[in-house]
Amino acid sequence: MAASEQRSHDRFAGRWFWRYAAPSQFYPLAGRIEILCWAIAAVLAVTGLYLGLFRAPTDFQQGEVYRIIYIHVPASWMAMIIYLAMAFWSAVGFVFGTRLSFMMSHALAPTGAIMAFVALWTGALWGRPTWGTYWVWDARLTTTLILFFLYIGYIALAAAFDDRRKGDRAAALIAIVGAVNVPIIYFSVKWWNTLHQGASVRPGGSSMATIMLTAMMIMTFSFWAYSIAAAMRRVRTLILERERDTAWARSLIGASTSGRHEATAMKAR
Amino acid sequence: MMVWDSWSAFWAMGGRGFFVWGSYGVLALCVIAELVVLSRARKRALLAIAEDNPTE
Repeated sequence: MAASEQRSHDRFAGRWFWRYAAPSQFYPLAGRIEILCWAIAAVLAVTGLYLGLFRAPTDFQQGEVYRIIYIHVPASWMAMIIYLAMAFWSAVGFVFGTRLSFMMSHALAPTGAIMAFVALWTGALWGRPTWGTYWVWDARLTTTLILFFLYIGYIALAAAFDDRRKGDRAAALIAIVGAVNVPIIYFSVKWWNTLHQGASVRPGGSSMATIMLTAMMIMTFSFWAYSIAAAMRRVRTLILERERDTAWARSLIGASTSGRHEATAMKAR
Repeated sequence: MMVWDSWSAFWAMGGRGFFVWGSYGVLALCVIAELVVLSRARKRALLAIAEDNPTE
């Protein structure tokens, strides 16, 4: 038993992804990913907004209001993708009991909630001039609203327990069970009669003009990079909060002049 | 080269400025709010560790 445990430990220890499962190891890596992703997000946002707002032509049916698409579609996609990522890390946390997995899941939730909110808000402002209403209880809109509430429920549940492990697991359960909603959102425009238009982009083709599609995809990658950067920043803070009693965290604040500097600057206020 | 004849045409968005800028504006507010909250939380966490471990 002990020998096999030792063997499996050796097997795992040799793999880089197990090494980075340790919060202290992941912290500096997350910092580098964060910086890189902020830069990518900014460059792509400027490019995408330039193409979408200044170069893409007026839509022959909808006029200028269609330009909401450059943020509405990326936000809607990210709301779904982030939820799936959250469910994934929650499941990993459940199976392996790794601390960092739950932190990753927690770090994704607020950004996902913001994406869902932006999707609903921009959708309402797009719906009014094109459908004549801000809101309608149809399948796509209702399931997206449910997604938003799932995020809120997850965040509330994670914070509701005094015992952190219980909060982690209860929230993870919501994330995993709620994931069934995501494919329902995606296919809702096919399965039900809905005011919402069908997918403009699907595997094997698109019904959009090339420059519009290009701008939308660039904006999507920008949102993607932004979400990763925000999640990395949040997970680093979570690591600091949860590992504050460890020697590693102490050495971090002692060694890192920027951390010490930031902290003393705060204290001086 | 751009599709607009003037900046005022750009801001007007063909008479749909309220909806277009209402969308982009709220996105901008959300992003700014998230960045502020993230930075504050990070500073708070660093400060907590520093207070636990005085250098003096």
